[in-house]
Amino acid sequence: MPLMTPSRAGAAAADSVRSRITTRDRDVAGIVMLAVLLVAMLLTLLALFALLAQVVGESASLLSARGLDFVTSPIGSDPDQIGIWSGLYGTIVIGAMVLVVAIPMGVGAAIYLEEYARDDSRLTRAIMVNIRNLAGVPAVIYGVLGLIIFTQWLGPITGGKSAIAAGLTMAVLVLPIVVITSIEAIRAVPSGLRDAGYGVGASRWETIRDHVLPYAAPGILTGTVLSIARALGEAAPLIIVGAVTGLLPETSLTGFFSAVPILIFQWTGRSQPPNSEFAFTESAAAAGLVLLVIVFFFNAAAIYLRNRFERRRAGQ
Amino acid sequence: MLTVADLEGSPRQRRRERTMRLVFQTAAVATIVVSALIFFVLARGAVSFLVHIDWDLSKLSDTGWFPRRERFDLRTIVVGSVIMGSVAMLVAVPLGLGVAVYLSEYARPGVRRVLKPLIEVLAGVPSVIVGYFVLRFIAPDLVATLFNPTNVRNMLAAGIGIGILVIPIMASISEDALRAVPDALREASYGMGARKVNTVTRVVVPAAVSGLVAAFIIATSRAIGETMVATMAGGFDGSGPFTGYSPLESGLTMTAAMTNAAGGTDQDVGGASFEVLYFVGMLLFLITIALNTLGDRLVKRIRHRY
Repeated sequence: MPLMTPSRAGAAAADSVRSRITTRDRDVAGIVMLAVLLVAMLLTLLALFALLAQVVGESASLLSARGLDFVTSPIGSDPDQIGIWSGLYGTIVIGAMVLVVAIPMGVGAAIYLEEYARDDSRLTRAIMVNIRNLAGVPAVIYGVLGLIIFTQWLGPITGGKSAIAAGLTMAVLVLPIVVITSIEAIRAVPSGLRDAGYGVGASRWETIRDHVLPYAAPGILTGTVLSIARALGEAAPLIIVGAVTGLLPETSLTGFFSAVPILIFQWTGRSQPPNSEFAFTESAAAAGLVLLVIVFFFNAAAIYLRNRFERRRAGQ
Repeated sequence: MLTVADLEGSPRQRRRERTMRLVFQTAAVATIVVSALIFFVLARGAVSFLVHIDWDLSKLSDTGWFPRRERFDLRTIVVGSVIMGSVAMLVAVPLGLGVAVYLSEYARPGVRRVLKPLIEVLAGVPSVIVGYFVLRFIAPDLVATLFNPTNVRNMLAAGIGIGILVIPIMASISEDALRAVPDALREASYGMGARKVNTVTRVVVPAAVSGLVAAFIIATSRAIGETMVATMAGGFDGSGPFTGYSPLESGLTMTAAMTNAAGGTDQDVGGASFEVLYFVGMLLFLITIALNTLGDRLVKRIRHRY
């Protein structure tokens, strides 16, 4: 046995360190952990891509055979003839109502809460708690609200179970989302901008109009776009409010209405009639593809806006 | 000399200031009115429902869900919601948490920039399309071949679909919680010679635990409130006896009971079979408010600590 001298001890330590670094003393737990995380990520992406593949795959032959005709035809009972026009009309009205009703109200409420209200007042705190609660209320419950308020109480104005009533219901549904995203956008405005406004003698409204809102605009726009996408994809409240699923020869603001998500819901459950070339499920898939394109367009616009906004801020 | 009057601005300007303030305040207060109206509408309808069944509460615990015959066994819809919600969480918690930990702790910025928008795309998929996907793929090709259920449309298939819808919510709130953990904690852990896996599991995750619990609670509330997938794929058509506790049976959620009550072909708006909609809505409203309040408290706790 060799004598352990200080220089030998140093060499042994160096050896042991070198072997720790170079030989395969594998980090088994770390590899397992990474593998588990990657599997979770892959399964999630797989669910997304399987869903897209199913929608595209089942709608391909119908869309290539019928093309735009599918978009412009009304709904009906013959799967070779039907189209989504009646539903698309309702969906467009819903989007417009959200834009006209929910966005001004939501942004207005956010301006009040961030620029006017005192943080410690009881009213302010009640409103904030209330908005967070509203954001968590299931969509189907907003349908009940819309059924009573917009189709019954306001029936003389909205025409009962109509596209207008459905649009108002969806506007109320997305209102909390608009308020919350607008509050976040306004909160991100540096207080120096406000002080600069007040410093040159601007009033509070002038400061908000000329300094706060322009700076917060991209963030508010992102929230707006996301909330419209949400409203266009919801089906549950429309079932409660009373969307039509059978025959709808005419489209009008105050008459019976339908929407693209409602068509998908109905057509998915119907079986193929004999002697027809296409199945209802193919129409459901095609309507699903149209809805996905619309919703993804809005979502992509929101992501693009947010990224541009973040980059511009970072550049300053 | 400058006086207070000079700083007050002209009467017109002051009037405009007051008007704008009032407009914005009205918009803010309107959100409270919305809540009040929801509560009022549900409460009024629920009482009207109870009057219709003559306050005979035994009808709420009697063999199954037969709205036409005024049999509303609440066990049917509560168990249905719990089973589909549990299946959904069994799917969404591991996947959502895995995605969150991967994106927050492991993914390089370039990878994250690609994957994060893809998760957001999944978050944007309308629930009715997931319902279609369950009926056309998950139920017949996945669940039916693997488990051989009695009905192609069953609670397992519907629960998996709801789970897919909830993954992005679980992932995004969890990721926010993990990223809120200060880097100093990670560096301290590395400084003591800990490996990445130990840093993540013993330092970062415990530090973010209240946020992760909040994510779980908010995701649960979403899963219980999810309507379209449960209606389309739950397999319970309007009425039937209580189907038991097996996820391979068809089942009815509270939300699907509501759409069934409203969407039936020959419903009279006054009858108990329609008004049960309000009663179930009230139940659902109270459950989700309770869950969300709890979740919010926990989210606030992480903000306070760092």
